[in-house]
Amino acid sequence: MAEIHLNKVSKSYGDVAVLHDIDWHIRDGEFVVIVGPSGCGKSTLLRMIAGLEKITQGEASIGNRVVNDLEPAERDIAMVFQNYALYPHMSVYNNMAYGLKIKGVPKDEIERRVNRTAEILEIGDYLKRSPRQLSGGQRQRVAMGRAIVREPSVFLFDEPLSNLDAKLRVQMRLEIKKLQERLGITSVYVTHDQVEAMTLGHRLMVLNGGHVEQLGTPIELYERPATAFVAGFIGSPSMNFLDAKISEDGKEVEFPGGNTLSLAQDFSKHANRPVNVGMRPEHLHVDDSNAEKTSHTVDVVEHLGADTLVHGTFGNGGSDLTVRLSGIRTIGQGEVLPLSIDPKNMHLFDPDDGRRLEA
Amino acid sequence: MLKRVHFEPSFLPFLLVAPQIIITVVFFIWPASQALYQSLLVEDAFGLSSEFVWFDNFIELFGDEHYLGAFQRTIFFSFSVAFLSMAFALTLAAMADRVIKGATTYRTFLIWPYAVAPVVSGALWVFMFDPTLGIFTYTLGVLGYEWNHKLNGGEAMFLVIIASAWKQVAYNFLFFLAAMQSIPKSLIEAAAIDGAGPTRRFFSIIFPLISPTTFFLMVINVVFAFFETFGIVHAVTQGGPAKATEILVYKVFNDGFIGLDLGGSAAQSVILMLIVISLTVIQFRYVEKKVDY
Amino acid sequence: MIEHRPIVTFVSHLVLIFGVAIIAFPIWITFVASTHEAARMVQIPLPLLPGDQFFNNLELTLFKGLEGAGAPPVGFMMVNSLIMAMMIAVGKIAISLISAFAIVYFKFPFRMGFFWMIFITLMLPVEVRILPTFEVVANLGMLNTYWGLSVPLIASATATFMFRQVFLTIPDELLEAARIDGAGPMRFFVDILVPLSRTNIAALFVILFIYGWNQYLWPLLVTTDQSMYTVVMGIKQMLEAAEQSPDWHQIMMTSLLAMFPPVFVVIFMQRLFVRGLTETEK
Repeated sequence: MAEIHLNKVSKSYGDVAVLHDIDWHIRDGEFVVIVGPSGCGKSTLLRMIAGLEKITQGEASIGNRVVNDLEPAERDIAMVFQNYALYPHMSVYNNMAYGLKIKGVPKDEIERRVNRTAEILEIGDYLKRSPRQLSGGQRQRVAMGRAIVREPSVFLFDEPLSNLDAKLRVQMRLEIKKLQERLGITSVYVTHDQVEAMTLGHRLMVLNGGHVEQLGTPIELYERPATAFVAGFIGSPSMNFLDAKISEDGKEVEFPGGNTLSLAQDFSKHANRPVNVGMRPEHLHVDDSNAEKTSHTVDVVEHLGADTLVHGTFGNGGSDLTVRLSGIRTIGQGEVLPLSIDPKNMHLFDPDDGRRLEA
Repeated sequence: MLKRVHFEPSFLPFLLVAPQIIITVVFFIWPASQALYQSLLVEDAFGLSSEFVWFDNFIELFGDEHYLGAFQRTIFFSFSVAFLSMAFALTLAAMADRVIKGATTYRTFLIWPYAVAPVVSGALWVFMFDPTLGIFTYTLGVLGYEWNHKLNGGEAMFLVIIASAWKQVAYNFLFFLAAMQSIPKSLIEAAAIDGAGPTRRFFSIIFPLISPTTFFLMVINVVFAFFETFGIVHAVTQGGPAKATEILVYKVFNDGFIGLDLGGSAAQSVILMLIVISLTVIQFRYVEKKVDY
Repeated sequence: MIEHRPIVTFVSHLVLIFGVAIIAFPIWITFVASTHEAARMVQIPLPLLPGDQFFNNLELTLFKGLEGAGAPPVGFMMVNSLIMAMMIAVGKIAISLISAFAIVYFKFPFRMGFFWMIFITLMLPVEVRILPTFEVVANLGMLNTYWGLSVPLIASATATFMFRQVFLTIPDELLEAARIDGAGPMRFFVDILVPLSRTNIAALFVILFIYGWNQYLWPLLVTTDQSMYTVVMGIKQMLEAAEQSPDWHQIMMTSLLAMFPPVFVVIFMQRLFVRGLTETEK
């Protein structure tokens, strides 16, 4: 068990910087997720913790030990790879035992540990098989087993579920979560899938272009995204963004075409400022009352069963807007829906740097 | 070229490449540069002194009708071997591609001459065409033709060509068959639906599609005939009669080891080297990209 | 086949059988010659059907050799051939494996320089550098030794290229997993890379064994001592002797014996052989 400290960790390849001054303190036993689009540097960060990439600048420590110059094997970590990286010519048993053999763990101890791990993961029946003879899900379990059997103080996961089909992915996601809770080992998990990130992590790091966009719990990220990027990245379907302007008195936003919506707080210090208004599809409601609302001209309707997604254009300005309504709704193309939103659920961002605007 | 993930710099990789590099330098690069150097020297008859003569050896070679003769002969020999063995292999491969049953059995029976050493191949053919005892000589005699490759240069050339081509059929067959079998079945079926019969399909679909392989084999066969047929010539004719089968590789050996003309032999080596280099370049530049199954 | 026209299939088989017959005929004649006694082999026409002297000739050739040919018994030369072929095949594979490992998995100064040096060997077959190479071997005192027979032939660009190709297809994650498991470079090489390349190694071995066994010009140059003769060379010796006394039954028996090991390998390891052939030509 161990904490991980990242202190101004940076990475560059020659002149190209791919990660900038990452600071993070991961607590003992915590399950954290690094999430971001492809190429954001999330795998690089994980691989730096693993020792597979050199740290260009800054310092990483695992359990109070600075690990910058330690070999991966000396860092007391275990890693699960996206393509599992099982040794194709070794049996499942030997795959799991290999690291222990190198470490010089006695034979009977290896056997005990492999068998116990196999039991936890329910792969005891396959120990003699070769990875080739296993299904994707089984290989995934073996890869996990190889990590668990080492009894490391940190688990590292590099997109471990992305090679599985959708159904299995959901199932394995749940298992990883349960397993981590049971073993209580500090875990760092990298994914590009925001649903995985939200469901698995105690805390998330959203990375974009080598910079940390936001650190926080899933709920913090959802409720108070620090940037337009985070706001758009977390949640599905993703947040609607509309160009607008804060009114003279700072109490409402004015959209091109004349529509307005009131704000929950007084934004008078930003009066007349152009803003980017974010509204989640699930926060928009059809409202027949006299409350303040705006119109939505329906273009395409998608039925998901539990919900109905209504794509159309907003107000008179013509911006695209998606609305998520619960249940099955029969709505025709061209229909105009009156919409309302709780002002608390409106997010304002600076249109230039994407930062969240506070009242 | 290099793995994205690699080991830290250390002394180890030098140790790992050392055996290969030492052998390469000692037995390849050093002798080759010696050949280059010697090709610019003339030694006296007793090997006591040598004189630096620039390109005189080369100029002399290209003025020497024996050498030019050997050059022409080698080209004729190479292309004959390539053409004969490829044509024969292509026909057989086309047939083997057609039959469903037994294609692998035929393959087994056709590929093993690959494993026969050139000298052995030479011995086999020289036995069958032995002027006094040979089985073909006898048959030809019955038919009224008197065969004696020890006296007739044309016959000698024919014999070394046959012995070389025979050995090379296996290799060509294997590659032609693999190329044909890698053509998607749907293409052939589409042509059949368009009404093309087996022969027409071969010439309009299969042959054009395997042309990269044909080109590749052409290069390989020429290289084989140029450099690896020494054993055949040595066993069958020793370059004779009257130099009728003296090809370049044989001449290098003969002038160097038997005639002890160091400078001349070295100059010939250098020319051969240039030929190998150009063939290798052709193979890498034009073949590698195109042969792609 | 798309059409079901029996006549086309029939013709195809006919052509193939004819082709096989042409290819096999020399071997048949060789075999027939090896089964008759000396006396029968000087009567024209020579026989087309086997006789009953095969085992006599085999014993004679293997253990006594051809009188007056100036060559040791064939059995003895076959042992030399075997040693030479094994040394060449194993040596080539070993040095190519480790140099490809260095070039693919390490970043070190002159890496590309070494690579090009190895590449150059592709352009320098023995035939074009015979004299100076002979001098080097002579100066090193390696004439008439197994080392002299094999070492100058074991540098190989093709084998190095093939292993390089194989290594490049092995996922990077395997190395990373091994590093996390605590394996150093040599351990990774022995435990992971070599086992993963074993089919390629076997395929290459088949090809190189044939290559080594069939060497002719080089052994001819570096061996003057009869005790070092290889069987392929021996045939030439016998052919020369045949000018005076044509002992074709023994020469053909020797030919049969000389081609037996490589042909055996090709036929019974056909899958590996085909694989080796196509892979080394890439």
